[in-house]
Amino acid sequence: MTAPGATRAPALGRAASRLLDSRWAGLAGLVLALLAPFVIATPYALSVMTSAAIFVMLASGLNMVVGFCGLLDLGYVAFFAVGAYTSGVLSTRLGLPLLATVPVVIVVTVIAGVVIGAPTLRLRSDYLAIVTLGFGEIIRITANNLDVTGGPSGIYGIPSLATSPVVFYYLTVVIVSVAVIGASRLGRSRLGRAWRFVREDEDAAEAMGVHTYKIKLAAYIAGAVWGGLAGVLFAGQLSAISPGSFTFLQSALVLMAVVLGGMGSTPGVVVGAIVISLLPEVLRDFAGYRFFAFGVLLIIVMLVRPQGLWPHRSREASS
Amino acid sequence: MSQLIWNGLFVGSFYALVALGYSMVYGIMKLLNFAHGDIYMLGAFTGFAILGAVGGISPGMALPALLGVLVVTMGVTGLSGVLLERVAYRPLRNAPRLSLLITAVGASFTLEYGMRAAAGADPQVYPLRLGGTSAEILGARITLQQIALIIVAVALMVGLNLLVTRTREGRAMRAIALDPRTSALMGINVNAVISRTFFLGSALAGAAGVMAGAYYGKIDFLMGFLIGLKAFTSAVIGGIGNIPGTMLGGLLLGLLESFGTFWLGGEWRDVFAFGVLILFLSVRPTGLLGERVTERV
Repeated sequence: MTAPGATRAPALGRAASRLLDSRWAGLAGLVLALLAPFVIATPYALSVMTSAAIFVMLASGLNMVVGFCGLLDLGYVAFFAVGAYTSGVLSTRLGLPLLATVPVVIVVTVIAGVVIGAPTLRLRSDYLAIVTLGFGEIIRITANNLDVTGGPSGIYGIPSLATSPVVFYYLTVVIVSVAVIGASRLGRSRLGRAWRFVREDEDAAEAMGVHTYKIKLAAYIAGAVWGGLAGVLFAGQLSAISPGSFTFLQSALVLMAVVLGGMGSTPGVVVGAIVISLLPEVLRDFAGYRFFAFGVLLIIVMLVRPQGLWPHRSREASS
Repeated sequence: MSQLIWNGLFVGSFYALVALGYSMVYGIMKLLNFAHGDIYMLGAFTGFAILGAVGGISPGMALPALLGVLVVTMGVTGLSGVLLERVAYRPLRNAPRLSLLITAVGASFTLEYGMRAAAGADPQVYPLRLGGTSAEILGARITLQQIALIIVAVALMVGLNLLVTRTREGRAMRAIALDPRTSALMGINVNAVISRTFFLGSALAGAAGVMAGAYYGKIDFLMGFLIGLKAFTSAVIGGIGNIPGTMLGGLLLGLLESFGTFWLGGEWRDVFAFGVLILFLSVRPTGLLGERVTERV
């Protein structure tokens, strides 16, 4: 497979793909993110950039589930909500600082991942897709109905992680970078190889001695933890959360970022997430058609370029 | 008590109608058509547009008018189902399953937000309401319109079942469900049969959409999302791919919801339905009437 332009300008294409594949691409992205506040630092721009960074974290978490392991999760925002609500409830009711809620968030999201994954991961992948969709709705409706989560108006007055928006932005960038690198390293580990194997051919993987059920559950739990931690950042950023932030639309947007960027490709997913989260700022005039365009784009990407804009290149020798 | 049962059966017959399309498509090509609920929405809006174009209808003519609209709408949604399959699913039939599921999500988005762009985000009030006099039967208040709608639903389901079990077309469908490649070798035009399956499933969903519009009186562009999930749940309860099972599943889910709402309160209704789905998937994933299928490698 070659990029469309590769035949016309082979040397240029090779140079470009070498540049994209090198580790400098990630570093350049990080430097860009760190320098951005020096270019524009209005409170609005900072909040948009912080949201984009949190979105990148969500996308890299979902990428482990969808991209590495090939399990379609349509309710990913449920883990985001679980994380945000757990830290929100603990910090407002018990007066804990946000950082102290992180261990509890991790435990709760792992439990959530097991609860939803354990019954469904034995089944065909299509069932998983729709059950996760239902699970996302369950979490949202439950948050809407319970008193402890503040009902439809949600929780407010959540303490922030940092005193000023700039500090919070830098903190978010650092945490998100660590999360993205962590996800990428996990993808290259022994576990990550097993994930890819399961994605490519589950039966063959099982026959070769991979415990596919455990492997899939591991992917699911990893995704859940990433989503939950992104939720903590989200709660810290906005200091108020409500069920309206955790709709199916949000899950679909994260999925869109992963698919558009390239399933299984870390740099692709990061770029995809940044594009998806900044696009509405650019195309404000077309807000009404935004999701319509997303739907059409999903179909077109799958038909024309299923590997995404920045596809994953395997480091292992391919035949 | 009997009121609860009646309400459950009534809502359940809607679920069953929508679930049939899910189940047929799944049975024949193992594809979860996420956009199916949105075809239902499309049906409701098509009926709305037709009624709006025709103008005022006297209450006495409401039922015949509704039947006429129903037939036209079924044609429209059926054709859009065929178009959907042709554009979004057929090119990917041999692609990994994940790609198909993602295009299905994309198709669902396209329909929902395309309709929002076309008809606006606010709920629309259906121009036709079936005014009904209610009667007491076995202690349950039942309106004439409910009976009419149930009769239509049952007629459609019986017709579908006859089509699948008794006709040549139905035999071709069942053959493809068993083994598409061999069916093609035996001279069945697989693409044509799949197209017609989409037509039938989408037509039923469209009919359910019009009926829901006329009964509840309000439609909006996201109405298909929840019912799509519920229909899938019904299909799973009954055994996905199995037509009588799917009908049974729809009615059962309607009953479960009706009683669940009564015991737990209305705000937990959807949670209850999905809880049932997860329970069924973990205890008996093949559903009540489904056969145990071993995955072939």
